[in-house]
Amino acid sequence: MAKLRIEDVTLRFLPKGGKPVTALDRISLDVAEEEFSVIVGPSGCGKSSLLRLVAGLIEPSAGMISLDGKVVTRPGRDRGMVFQSYTLFPWLTVQDNVEFGLKLGGMALAERKRIAKRYIEQVGLDGFEKSYPKQLSGGMMQRVALARALANDPEILLMDEPFGALDSQTRSLMQELLLNIWEQSHKTVLFITHDIDEAILLGDRVHVMTARPGRIKEVVEIDIARPRKVDVLTSTEFIAIKRRIMALIHDEAVRAMG
Amino acid sequence: MRPFLEAYTAPKKEIPRRVYLTVSALVGISIFAFWSVLSYGELVRPDFLPKPIEVVQAAISGYEDGSLIVNTGVSLTEIMAGFVLASIFAVPLGILMGSFKIVEAAVEPVANFMRYIPVSALIPLLILWVGIDIEEKIAVIFLGTFFQQLILIADVSRAVSHDLLDVSYTLGADRRTVVTRVLIPATMPGVVDTLRVTLGWAWTYLVVAELVAANQGLGYFILNSMRGLFTDQIFLGIMVIGLLGLITDQLFKLLRDRLMPWASES
Repeated sequence: MAKLRIEDVTLRFLPKGGKPVTALDRISLDVAEEEFSVIVGPSGCGKSSLLRLVAGLIEPSAGMISLDGKVVTRPGRDRGMVFQSYTLFPWLTVQDNVEFGLKLGGMALAERKRIAKRYIEQVGLDGFEKSYPKQLSGGMMQRVALARALANDPEILLMDEPFGALDSQTRSLMQELLLNIWEQSHKTVLFITHDIDEAILLGDRVHVMTARPGRIKEVVEIDIARPRKVDVLTSTEFIAIKRRIMALIHDEAVRAMG
Repeated sequence: MRPFLEAYTAPKKEIPRRVYLTVSALVGISIFAFWSVLSYGELVRPDFLPKPIEVVQAAISGYEDGSLIVNTGVSLTEIMAGFVLASIFAVPLGILMGSFKIVEAAVEPVANFMRYIPVSALIPLLILWVGIDIEEKIAVIFLGTFFQQLILIADVSRAVSHDLLDVSYTLGADRRTVVTRVLIPATMPGVVDTLRVTLGWAWTYLVVAELVAANQGLGYFILNSMRGLFTDQIFLGIMVIGLLGLITDQLFKLLRDRLMPWASES
């Protein structure tokens, strides 16, 4: 049985003074337990909206989303999220940022500290517990955001182009870090990106979306052996998959431009 | 001269602290020197421009006969009462107005109408309603600062990123905790900056109110000195206001640095 089930989800909205727009059109998609699932698509295809729907931050116009058989109606701590923009609380230290969700959940101080310490170490930021976000680089802030989401132990981790604002060296370090963490926990992940390399490197399955209105065009199984390292980017099997996805995306990008 | 120009004329470039302080001191000394030349050289009529020493003497006698202390005390009381009262209402209402459309709908039209009325236009009406005592000055400062604070703080609240609130929901916050634990702390640096700016404006409203009708306060002190052509006292009054403004401004800066070391520079 699917862990996350998206069934016939449509999202329409009415821009100010414009005609109604169908952002997502009857999307169906399943994510299995412990699966790392990626959605890739041209910009403006509504992939971020799809993630916000799963998070419960917006409501679908039609269709249904359920996690572990429970229908999603509002945001909740069972669906942790990492955004592309920097969303650390500037007034809290790294430690307090990571503890934020645990504290809201009413966890005792000692337990909170122990868990936060574990995740801060896991993202390689021990020694920065007392730093404020303004003292951190972009990559470090995203690592804290990841630790904060993981510390809450969500059923599924939603990631919305989390490395999109980082430079390419930092981005590939972050991808390796994420692969490492995922190898340890096998957390169920739904990851959004427009970067095809990133999608193939990280994912078990890649859902390729069409340009607006967003639909799932094809699902590509990535059977590259794990654990993966960044050097798989140059392997022949990687390039074969990349060629296939590029062709799918290219058609869509051209269609969106026309 | 040429290397000097090279080093210190690049836009937005840092300069050594020593050079910075020297330039500031030089300008201050030059203004004082210019004043001294004009007054001691009697290039300007002495009853128009007092000598620096006369201002010092005015300060001493004002201190000794109590007039300086009493008038400063009255002005400070009025400004603090009006300003604190305005802030108590403007801060929470402004935060709500910037983040809840329903509050914005209720408050913004009135606030926008009121803030374009110069508070000096309301003074005659306030004198009629409240009199010319301390209550009227407090009312002038309240009306002058409240609506400005409201609009500025609403903008601060509006600027808090949606993603910051959204991520809080995904971490398990409900609407109430999002307001108390996220929205309010996120607005704090902007709120302090707004208070700092509007306190400066409050001084203007106070002095205007005291110039129009008062029997105490620094504005009254200045106006009364004009009647006797005591320019040394006029200078004294102006300098005390400038000094108090500077001190309160620095206090706000200190407050921000102490309470919010995590905030970026304003």
